[in-house]
This record gives sequence, C-alpha cells and structure tokens, in this order.
Amino acid sequence: MNGVHDMGGMHGMGPIVAERDEPVFHHGWEKRVLAIALATGFLRRWNIDMGRFTIEQMPAVEYLRASYYERWLYRTERLLVERGLLTAQELASGRADGKPPAVRALPPEQVQTALRGRRAARMDDGLKTPTFKAGDRVRARNFHPTHHTRLPRYARGKIGVVDRDHGVFILPDEHATSGTKVPSHCYAVRFEGRELWGPDAGPRDAVYIDLFDEYLEPAEMHS
Amino acid sequence: MSGHGHDHSHDDDHDHEPGVHGAPLTDTQLRVRALESLLVDKGLVDPKALDSLIDTYETKVGPRNGARVVAKAWVDPAFKQRLLSDSTEAIAELGYIGRQGEDMVVLENTPKVHNMVVCTLCSCYPWPVLGLPPVWYKSAPYRSRAVIDPRGVLREFGVQIGDDVEVRVWDSTAELRYLVLPERPPGTDGMSEDELATLVTRDAMIGVARVKGPRG
Repeated sequence: MNGVHDMGGMHGMGPIVAERDEPVFHHGWEKRVLAIALATGFLRRWNIDMGRFTIEQMPAVEYLRASYYERWLYRTERLLVERGLLTAQELASGRADGKPPAVRALPPEQVQTALRGRRAARMDDGLKTPTFKAGDRVRARNFHPTHHTRLPRYARGKIGVVDRDHGVFILPDEHATSGTKVPSHCYAVRFEGRELWGPDAGPRDAVYIDLFDEYLEPAEMHS
Repeated sequence: MSGHGHDHSHDDDHDHEPGVHGAPLTDTQLRVRALESLLVDKGLVDPKALDSLIDTYETKVGPRNGARVVAKAWVDPAFKQRLLSDSTEAIAELGYIGRQGEDMVVLENTPKVHNMVVCTLCSCYPWPVLGLPPVWYKSAPYRSRAVIDPRGVLREFGVQIGDDVEVRVWDSTAELRYLVLPERPPGTDGMSEDELATLVTRDAMIGVARVKGPRG
C-alpha cells in the first residue's frame, strides 16, 4: 500500500538525531512491549508480514507521531484482537473474561530455542525456477496495490541490474493477507542513483533493493 | 519478588520511569501494564519468558557480537573469505544465529566502495550481530534520506566520501539482513583480535562511520 511507512526519498522529515551512548531501551515499558510482541508472536497466530501490514494500516498521522515501540504496541493489541486471542472488551477493560485461552504461553525454557531458530522466510530453492539471473536488466513494476508489498515506491518503473539471486523466499505480499507461502526468488537489484533520482544524484551512488520475481519484468518489455 | 506485587516486580529501571516516585503513570505505561497483566491472566504469556526475552536483548545480544565477526575477518583471511561468500554460515561459526539474522549478507568496504544499510519500509536490522536498532536508524529522517542523499547523510555522521569512491546503499526490503565489514584502520598492525574488536563500532557496521585506530 502507498503508505507513509514507504519513506525512501521523502523530504521534510527533519535532521537525523543520533544519541551518544544510547541505551538499548529508553523506558521500562519499551522492554515490556518488545517482550510481549515477541512472546505473542511465538503463539503463531500471525506472521511477520501480517505484523508489518498491521503497522502500515495505522493512520498516517499516528504512524508519524508514534515511536517504534508505540507502533509495536498498536500492532500487538490489534492482532491479538483480530486473531481472537483477546476480545475488544477484554482489551478495553483490562479484565480477562475467564474463558480458557486457545493457545498456551511460550514457556521460559523455550525462549532461547525460539529466538535461535535459523529458518524464517527462506524456502527450498527447488520450489521455483528463477526468472532472472545476475546481470539481467530489469524494470521494477509500476503497480500500486492497496495490500502489503515490499516494492518501495521510489523504485517503481525504474530500471536496474540484478546483482545476485538470494534464493527462494516467501513472497511477502500474499503472506501478509492469507498467510499462504508463495515461493519466489529474491534478488538484490542495483539501481543507479541517477535512474532513481535524476541528474542531481551523485554519479557514483547506487541503491541495492531486495526484490522478488513478482516485482520485476525484463527491462526490454517497455523500451 | 520485591514485595510490591506483580506490577512492580519487573520494572528494573525505575529511575528512568515517570510514575515511580509518586508521579502519575503515562497513558502508554498504563496501557502496557494493563496488556501484560491481561495476557498473563489469560495464560497467553509467561512473565518469566518476558524477562528472559528482555535480558537477551539488553545484556547478551548486541554490537559486541558483530565487532567479533569483523575483528576475526581482519585477522583471519580464510574466515573473511567464508564470511563474504556464505555470510550466514560464517557468522554462525561464532554462535550468532537466529531471529532477524536468519539470512545474512556481509558487505565489504574498500578504498573504492563504501556500503551503508537502511530499511526504508520499516526498521529491519541484523539483530544477532548488532542487537536492537538505535532510534536514529528507525527514524523517519534516516529512512527517508539514506537512499536519496547518502553522501549528505554520511557527512552528518562525520564521514567524508571522496568523489572517486562509489557509495552503495542497501535497502533491506526483504528478509536478508546486512552487516558492513568496515576497513581495518591504519596503525593496528600489532593488535590482537580481541583488541581490534574493541575498536569496531555499531555505526561502522551499519556503514555510517569508519573504524578509528587506537590513536583516533
């Protein structure tokens, strides 16, 4: 979706403020939100792309005003209710309705195993033959879906060169809505700065973007 | 544990928290406490699991991990070769695996190529080697500008890039996670791997800083 989360190339966001000797957390509640988000994620009622899509659906003004962990809190509350783990009434009142939960909490002794899982979005490379190979000239599709996608707006319609094929991964778009794991090759595609931003960009600047088969077409198609 | 009951047993940094010494709790604090206590009552989260998750990212997983990867690559050419050709497996040799680092790519900075990493769409970051991202990395100013004005961003971080040097910005739009292998600074020839690791900063591994030698 063409949301405010898709920020690459925007102006007007202000200066970058880097804090010296920044602590891992700035408030005690941030720690709890991180942990609650991870622990409820391990209940497997939603996947990472559904989580991202939920944050993207925050009203734009709220998104911009919210801190990172405030967005996480919004996402977690909303998904818990949408997936039926909490009722809206319970969330509003803070009181459990006494019905037994549909799933059991992640036990403390399983935390490290859960965090150290080595397979997430990667799928078997044999599931899909690649459409492109390193060196191919490709054009990022000019589409504007209202659902989740990981093709940033600043690259749409632009021509780049496939730098490498990372292998087969879950296509985020479908995964974010139905949860279906569509296998897709993910490529690092190199775009020259001037292709993306015009003649004012530096002649030796390039942006590499990880893009899926479904986001790309051969560059020759429209040339 | 503390005798104050469940609400207070987990707040280990009271001094940073408003609402502790008589001041009212903020709305967000109240919301988080209510959510946690509800989830615990429902049996959907275990408070000890939450404490373990926090402890992991507060004290165990952080940029010191990535610094060890970089230092090893500087002193061990065979490791460096493995690191660049199969980054995930080479990093796993040091025990750094798992969430938000399942599929790693290491980018080597050289006198001719400077790499830097961003996530314009959210805040993707290689947790097993760098820990949780700093606020600036997650902020709108960095996410919006890194791709359109990388040299300007680097200048703000105090890094001047020569006109003859190529700048490559890596936008982490999928599930690959990127770690920059910075250039080894001059004046470090006699240093051990452990000593070198102390020089390597988080920002250098994101690609917005250079590693300085022992004399700055």
